[in-house]
Amino acid sequence: MSGMNGTDPGIVKFDNVGLRYGLEKEVLSDISFTLFPGQFYFLTGASGAGKTSLLRLLYLAQRPSRGAIHMFDNDVIAAPRETLPAFRRRIGVVFQNFRLVDHLSAYDNIALPLRVAGVSEGELAEPVTDMLDWVGLAQRADARPASLSGGEQQRVAIARAVISRPEILVADEPTGNVDAEMAIKLIRLFQALNRLGTTVLVATHDMQLLRKVPDSLLMRLDKGRLSDPTGVLRYPPRRED
Amino acid sequence: MERPPVIRPASKRGLAPFRGRRAASLLPRTRLAGPMPWVMAIMVALTVLAGGAALSLDNVAQTARGELAAAATVQILSPDPERRTAQALQVATMLREQTDVSQVRIVPRQEVADLLEPWLGSASGGNVVPLPALIDVVLSREADASAVARLRAKIVEIAPDARIDAQSEWLEPVLAAISTLRWMAVGLILLLGFTAAAAVWLAARHALGINRDTLEIVHLLGGSDAQIARVFQRSIMIDAVAGGVAGLVLGAAALTLMARQFSALDSGMISAGGLSGTDWAILALLPLCAVAIAVYTARMTVLSSLRRIL
Ligand SMILES: Nc1ncnc2c1ncn2[C@@H]1O[C@H](COP(=O)(O)OP(=O)(O)OP(=O)(O)O)[C@@H](O)[C@H]1O
Ligand SMILES: [Mg+2]
Repeated sequence: MSGMNGTDPGIVKFDNVGLRYGLEKEVLSDISFTLFPGQFYFLTGASGAGKTSLLRLLYLAQRPSRGAIHMFDNDVIAAPRETLPAFRRRIGVVFQNFRLVDHLSAYDNIALPLRVAGVSEGELAEPVTDMLDWVGLAQRADARPASLSGGEQQRVAIARAVISRPEILVADEPTGNVDAEMAIKLIRLFQALNRLGTTVLVATHDMQLLRKVPDSLLMRLDKGRLSDPTGVLRYPPRRED
Repeated sequence: MERPPVIRPASKRGLAPFRGRRAASLLPRTRLAGPMPWVMAIMVALTVLAGGAALSLDNVAQTARGELAAAATVQILSPDPERRTAQALQVATMLREQTDVSQVRIVPRQEVADLLEPWLGSASGGNVVPLPALIDVVLSREADASAVARLRAKIVEIAPDARIDAQSEWLEPVLAAISTLRWMAVGLILLLGFTAAAAVWLAARHALGINRDTLEIVHLLGGSDAQIARVFQRSIMIDAVAGGVAGLVLGAAALTLMARQFSALDSGMISAGGLSGTDWAILALLPLCAVAIAVYTARMTVLSSLRRIL
């Protein structure tokens, strides 16, 4: 078993990270944790605890005010700006408010990460169609986000986040707009992806959801600080296999 | 739940360019509705006009300099017609022997009378007022003060009351005025270039503001700065090309119209200001420059705005 000093390399490592917006007081303080590849994590905490802020650091939308962040064995804070897009392509994100492109159809929204990565139109048609199928939106391929329901938008956002088979999937309240049944379906989606090797981190305050994923690990944010109910932040998880 | 579709991780594909029609479709199609093409058209039309004026003035100055700078006129003013003719012949002979004189022509009497007719009237015939004898001289080099002085000394030996005037004496201030106008036109072109860049900067910032959300999403999905800038560049380039072509057509039409009006004036100097094929080619380059300025400005605006987000 690997110990505290971590011979098992983490895919994400935060060290004493702090974040403040402008001159306000810190919204995140002393955040230290390691995410191990292939694990399924939940991040919980009250509204305003800093979940979105932490995820923003993780998907490289924001620089921390202090501390160190390593991802994929790279110091992403010291990394030159022009190397960041390559890292971002390895992270899939479901944003809290979806952030779909308004004037693009569901199909084009889902295709966007592949297009950004330079996949040709010929190569991209099949995976995008499959993905639309997978989230049950094959009939709505040409619909703009404005004409989709909240739950449908959420599924488009999820399909977009996973289409390029990211190494890390980050989801901010991905079940906030759907009924319990659809929430379970979406969680199953994440689990399926997780089984393919993707490290998953889902921020939610739906405690029911946590129980649906038996192997999952829990991180808790309380007023900008991490508490560590399962010890996952100190010890790399053990897996039976 | 079934397995998700198996797709090769996009990260393995590296940073390929994101361009073409698909990339352009990231920006909603509002082009031509916005002010950009119109602003570009007006800028390019004005630039073509100013450029046409500058080139035309240049041609006038060149022609004038070529034709007149080496020219001088000798007037023999003796009141006695016989002596005047004799002196004119003598002076002409002497001038032909000079090494720095390339052409000498005694202006025929009738031509002199015609020349002076507007002032003296045809009734005067030439018997009432004594007409001077005129000799046109073309030097083999520019008729500067020292060359003219040397010739004057020789002429006065033969005809003490003769005068020699270099055309360049009255030409100089005209050329200076033309040169000033030409520099003003060049200054105007530079100012228009600046204004065009400023207009594009505003348009690019406006487009950025409207599409900030799209831009941020593409940024977070791993779009590189160059990829995102290319989308904006392309959109602004299409606007700029549309505006540039319209401006060129407008400006060229105005120039052609003016050229026709001026040639109707039938004055030697002004008709020398016609534009050559090369001149038109230079004018056609102006919209290309405008498009280049537009694309460069758009790129810089987008890149500097992107650098402000991580
Ligand atoms: N851009 C910002 N500028 C200033 N303050 C911000 C900004 N974004 C978030 N905050 C503040 O940071 C704190 C944490 O916000 P955050 O969105 O991370 O919370 P959260 O845990 O995601 O909440 P929720 O469950 O409601 O989504 C809040 O007090 C919020 O007001
Ligand atoms: Mg949040």
